Amino acid sequence: MSITTLAFILLSVMAVTCAIMMITSKSPVNSILWLILVFFAISGHYVLLNAQFLAIVNIIVYAGAIMVLFLFVVMLMNLNADTEPVKNYRLQLIGVISGGSLLLVLLSAIMKVKEQHPVQMNIGDAGLVKSLGMTLFKDYVLPFEISSVLFLSAMIGAVIIGKKEN
Amino acid sequence: MDIKAYIALSLTLFTIGIIGVLVRRNAIIIFMCVELMLNAVNLLLLAFSKMHAMSPAAKALPTYASDAQIFVFFIMVVAAAEVSVGLAIIVLLYRNTHSVDVNFLNRLKN
Repeated sequence: MSITTLAFILLSVMAVTCAIMMITSKSPVNSILWLILVFFAISGHYVLLNAQFLAIVNIIVYAGAIMVLFLFVVMLMNLNADTEPVKNYRLQLIGVISGGSLLLVLLSAIMKVKEQHPVQMNIGDAGLVKSLGMTLFKDYVLPFEISSVLFLSAMIGAVIIGKKEN
Repeated sequence: MDIKAYIALSLTLFTIGIIGVLVRRNAIIIFMCVELMLNAVNLLLLAFSKMHAMSPAAKALPTYASDAQIFVFFIMVVAAAEVSVGLAIIVLLYRNTHSVDVNFLNRLKN
């Protein structure tokens, strides 16, 4: 077993375990911390796939900015574990069964495919900052500028929605 | 590493996100499950791009290999904008109902 396979298995187990812990933990703060660990595992997968820029952006944007925003909101609301009401266990069981059967159907359909399509993990410089920056600012400069307008509108929208009405 | 391993991993993460949306009632945790599903799709997109990285078409087009990574980058950009607006809506919901339980949202029905 090569070191790449070992790292893949370790990161996959970490991602899946932390994701399951995220949806099962009672407290929202614990849930957020588990989700941050999932994002770190996915960043490790990006490094394995030789996409360094996306790995760094994933850590900075998701684990750094978005999850801190979630933490701030949870701490502002002062939510406790006992604020979650009494659950309907039958509905929960139905949800888990339907999700599990979806996973079963999709996985069995995938595993029936016989051909091998290896992922090229260690070659190519497409994921480096230099080549991605050249692509982003030469071929995709218009979507890049439009996304800044999107951010501006999202900021204005968040302020207007969150504003207290008199 | 075969592409099937990446598909299986992404499917598992995506299904965990779906189960979280179905099972939990806390609006913040439902929102986090949506983020988890977005990340699973991002990972799969990157794995497929690396699967085709050495194909003959990649040699012909200069941006063929990095297109998927730009796509993933823009998905992250849109997700960041979406989170800011969504959390503002959740704060508004909390201010009106003093709870983040999605079952209290049924007052929109009538």
